[in-house]
Amino acid sequence: MTSVAVTVNGARLATDIEPRESLADFLRERCRLTATHLGCEQGACGACTVLVDGRVTRSCLRLAIMCDGKSVQTLEGFADDRIMEALRRHFHACHALQCGFCTPGMLVTARDILLRLPTPDAQAVRHELSGQICRCTGYANIITAIVAAGQELGRGNGG
Amino acid sequence: MKPAAFEYVRPKTVPEAIELLARAGTSVAVIAGGQSLIPLLNLRIAQPDLLVDVGGLEELKETGETADGLRIGALTTHSDIEDGKLPDLFGGLMQHVASGISYRAIRNYGTIGGSVALADPAADWPVCLMALGANVRIATRNGTRPEPVSDFVRGQYTTSLEKDEIILGFDLKRPQAPLRWGSSKVARKSGAFASSIAIVVEPGNGGPVAVALAGAGPRACLLPGVAKQVSSGASSDDMLRATVAQDLAALAPETDSYSRRLHASTVLRAVRDMRSR
Repeated sequence: MTSVAVTVNGARLATDIEPRESLADFLRERCRLTATHLGCEQGACGACTVLVDGRVTRSCLRLAIMCDGKSVQTLEGFADDRIMEALRRHFHACHALQCGFCTPGMLVTARDILLRLPTPDAQAVRHELSGQICRCTGYANIITAIVAAGQELGRGNGG
Repeated sequence: MKPAAFEYVRPKTVPEAIELLARAGTSVAVIAGGQSLIPLLNLRIAQPDLLVDVGGLEELKETGETADGLRIGALTTHSDIEDGKLPDLFGGLMQHVASGISYRAIRNYGTIGGSVALADPAADWPVCLMALGANVRIATRNGTRPEPVSDFVRGQYTTSLEKDEIILGFDLKRPQAPLRWGSSKVARKSGAFASSIAIVVEPGNGGPVAVALAGAGPRACLLPGVAKQVSSGASSDDMLRATVAQDLAALAPETDSYSRRLHASTVLRAVRDMRSR
């Protein structure tokens, strides 16, 4: 066992872990933050996407021990986030989910897309979203929701 | 699945890391970004006794312009390159290559050193660095040794790296005049490893053209015949196709007919891409 201290959604957690524990398991099993979903555990599906020090990452492809001293943000940590609020609303309005399993990863990734590429068009979203797998929707409504959220936020900025 | 148990150490200096790598009777894996290694650990394809995390080694972050070119630290991520955090001496080629690797979530942690150390036959960096004539800088017990990337990569997941050696980074020569480049990549799914990548680089001062191909055979390779033909300027599509076939017959004789056509297409597209710039 090795001790780590990780800040999760603003709260510091110090604990002993086994080196092989993934960040995803750390979040779900220790922090009981179950918005982060585990699909493939090999980096292919994107359901477990979270932020580490502000950068999107697959939490199944990070060891918790490698996050010692770092700040992690999961979907639960975006309650007051302006971009996430718009995305939530447009996902609802566009019916951008069915079973919802991929949605946490979709939302965290969509927020990152809108931060890097404000007001993206459908083609750009499609390309940027290609690492997130959804088995229900066929993607069309997810893409529509992200494009709409980007346009709304762009207008809000006077853009 | 979950990884089998391993010991984890995060050394603070390169000599300390080399000492750990050389530990007798222990299977050791080096981890940097972990974007290829952790899936292998999760699937228990790799089951090392000891994981040496080189993420804290300052020597592997040494990046910037040198007297005769560019030094890139092994820990430089694909995102760093995509976002233009490196001086651009090669007309945007490296930025273009970086932005085509996997997905943003992977690019944020995957490193250029890790990509070359793994030496996947279809990886993006070995073929790009070969086309640019880069050297890899390796830390050994007795100091450092440079080696051209085209010699360093020996075969499928095989390099000249000894058990107790670590990639420090890469040195690239500054072009004498602005270079021209072209590239083409075919992958069955965006973000997946490619079936074929061709990169063509033409130095601005009339120096020799380099044509590099990944996805054919066990390692990325330079295509000498095609390079010569592209240099000559007057090469039709049919002539180029025939020369790609000749180079492939010599370098990757196992290539099947579909792959031969595929590689000919990516090389032709890369040449066209370069000539259109």
